[in-house]
Amino acid sequence: MSKKDLGLLVLILVVGAVVAIINPRFLLPINLANTSNLIGLFGILSIGQAFVIITGGIELSVGSLVALLGTLFIDFIAVREMDWPLAFVLIIALGAVIGFVHGWLITRLKMQPFVVTLCGLLIYRGVARFYTADGTAGFAFGQNFPDLEFLTAGRSGGVPNSFIALIAIAIVMWVVLHRSVFGRYLYAIGKNEEAAKYSGIRTGRVVIAAYVICGVLTALSAIYFAMYTRSISPASHGQFYELYAIAAAVLGGFSLRGGEGSLIGVILGTVLLQELQNLVNLLGIPSSLNFAVMGGVILIGVLVDQQWGVFRARRRMLEATRRNVAGAPAE
Amino acid sequence: MNCGVMNYSDTSFAQSTTAPFLSLEAVRKTYPGVVALDGFSMEVRPGEVIGLVGENGAGKSTLMKILGGVTRPDSGSVTVDGVAHDGLTVEASIGSGIAFVHQELNLFENLDVAANIFFGREPLKAGPLRLVDRASLREMVAPLLKRVGANFSADTPVASLSLAQQQMVEIAKALSIKARLVILDEPTSSLPIAETEKLLDVIKGLRAEDISVIFISHRLHEVERVADRVVVLRDGMLAGTLPKSEINHDQMVKLMIGRMLKEREKAAEAGRAPGGVALSASAVRTTAYPDHPVDLEIRRGEILGLAGLVGSGRTELARVLFGIDERLGGSVALDGKALDVGSAADAVANGIFLVPEDRKLTGILLDLSIAQNISLPNLPAHARRLLVSTGAEIATAEKQKKDLGIKAPSVLTRTGTLSGGNQQKVVLAKWLAMNPKVMILDEPTRGIDIGAKAEIYGLMRALADAGVAVLMISSDMEEVIGVSDRIAVMHEGQISGILDRDDFSQENVLLLAVGKKPRLAHAAGGAQ
Repeated sequence: MSKKDLGLLVLILVVGAVVAIINPRFLLPINLANTSNLIGLFGILSIGQAFVIITGGIELSVGSLVALLGTLFIDFIAVREMDWPLAFVLIIALGAVIGFVHGWLITRLKMQPFVVTLCGLLIYRGVARFYTADGTAGFAFGQNFPDLEFLTAGRSGGVPNSFIALIAIAIVMWVVLHRSVFGRYLYAIGKNEEAAKYSGIRTGRVVIAAYVICGVLTALSAIYFAMYTRSISPASHGQFYELYAIAAAVLGGFSLRGGEGSLIGVILGTVLLQELQNLVNLLGIPSSLNFAVMGGVILIGVLVDQQWGVFRARRRMLEATRRNVAGAPAE
Repeated sequence: MNCGVMNYSDTSFAQSTTAPFLSLEAVRKTYPGVVALDGFSMEVRPGEVIGLVGENGAGKSTLMKILGGVTRPDSGSVTVDGVAHDGLTVEASIGSGIAFVHQELNLFENLDVAANIFFGREPLKAGPLRLVDRASLREMVAPLLKRVGANFSADTPVASLSLAQQQMVEIAKALSIKARLVILDEPTSSLPIAETEKLLDVIKGLRAEDISVIFISHRLHEVERVADRVVVLRDGMLAGTLPKSEINHDQMVKLMIGRMLKEREKAAEAGRAPGGVALSASAVRTTAYPDHPVDLEIRRGEILGLAGLVGSGRTELARVLFGIDERLGGSVALDGKALDVGSAADAVANGIFLVPEDRKLTGILLDLSIAQNISLPNLPAHARRLLVSTGAEIATAEKQKKDLGIKAPSVLTRTGTLSGGNQQKVVLAKWLAMNPKVMILDEPTRGIDIGAKAEIYGLMRALADAGVAVLMISSDMEEVIGVSDRIAVMHEGQISGILDRDDFSQENVLLLAVGKKPRLAHAAGGAQ
């Protein structure tokens, strides 16, 4: 765990302690379970976003995708009565295809990630609303999918299964990002795509893979969100979720320029965001201020981190010049 | 401190009897743990061109910072135009007429020449709108451009100027603030031959106007040609001063490093018969000159120098051979077999490696460690089941660090903190750790000090001796002639001729570079 992650963890614990002192209900099992369920849902989404941000890209369409894929999933199982495992596989595959198309447009046709995914944000939202004719997609009365519901909205020993899913995914993705050849390529491309290309890395393929991973994880979280809300009005479902995901990554130490950030960081970023949401509820802050609190905390967090970074860089530079001046005459 | 070799009566300049414009007296500057300058003294007279040479880390940068007023010396004095200072401030430096032209130019590429020269000091029209008076601006710029011998007009966008022309703009800017001392920091390190000539002419023009020049360069033959006096720095001290009559390459090198260099001679001794053709390009066309096909053969065991003016298409050819740029036509063969290189990954897979021109942007990742940079092109070989093995990476890097003499605290050091020469060694190391068949080096010693240069020449020769085909693109004439076994010269996107060792001369390379016929030793030899 890096110093940055450690700092974030301390912040989470401090905020948690303060909230718990003011309102002990924070620590009630029911509150913790609800919060960790939300952490699970948003965490899966944010990990996907993190893989794109690490390459220096951005994925703005995930909120709309949560709406579109969620609508489709519920439509498949509740209206078209498809077997849920088949629907599950179809939705995940669709997420992968959409990620691939984004990546392809960005790497092969040299479009800017912001533009491609902004258009995606508009398109998928529109398609979702059209698909249900702006109606609400939900389950018919008495409709039940016990296995699916257990896996998505159920609990094991009091712990939401969505949170357990997040932990499992986080462990796998931690290995991918921090230990695998692919992960190293991601960091190299984020730091300097040209130099990575000159080292013989097929940068286009790696970037496309990052968008595919983001698409798959978004699709997975879309299913979780759908099963959590059980009914979806495509005009508002998933709105601003891309910003939650980006905010979690930024809070977790990711640079939007790419090449920086850790998987633990993005998870901790998600935890802090959900903790803040919970804080707004528990401390009786008007819920209309919800976004303002979130924005304020992110701004201050990033500011402090950056100033700290500037301070460290200055110290490092001093040391480096000292070393260089000392080392150079010997060359 | 003057080491006896300095003798003003030797110089034929009338100014030599006038008071110096600048004089440094026993200047000392220390940084924690290091003495950057140790009792350094020098004088610059009006209209004198001083060549300032020394290895990286010798104290040149510290000296420049003191003259620019960025840092103050711990002790000693700086006298400018008769006024003694303990240390200059930035304002005092500019106010007394000291102007810098840095290696990295500080121009706004999106503005035109006139706007750059008078940026922040534009003549304004009367009235509250503070509109720029473009007519008088142009009038003010024209004579300045004439003084530097510019062949472009005041309204040319800077982006469309060549590097040498941009340097002229910088010098014109210096003249516009009535500079009395112009300090040129490595001005020719990225200039091709013909443009360097222009710059040297501009320096002579400054001298004729009684403006002093301090010319800092690693290219000693240029110093030799233009300097009235050479000041050599070594380890923060004055290693010696050479009057005009004693300025020569070997003397400078001897003072700079305290010994003579042998590596380049070793690189040149060669003579071994090269093997068969490793890489051949036939009728290859690049984006730089889509209508001009290139034919070139690189043999195993030779160093083929590729000379030519900047913009003659050398770098583009290298980029096509390495798969970065698209090949517009023609074919490439490796060991006689046709090869379709569609990406750098294809080239790397076939053992064709490139050490690119721009080390910091494309050669290495400054934020990664030495070990991570070296393993990057061959990462799957440093991994088990797709998981990177840090141990394997470190082992490879340690071997390369030892073989190439990379100076760094450890292989986990960030490459961004290394000196230019050591960074270049890391670029080489990542390819040497694999199995090169063809090694293309684009300006491999640019901005690298003389000791590291010699080591890189030695490495290139060792590669050739091991049977690798080496293609070296270089704008440094000394280097091309000193290191190559054969020299191919490019002119406007085509190979204008190939010189064998017997026909090596600066004149022949230059003639071919501008598209003329060389003078050959044997009527039938060399050129195509």
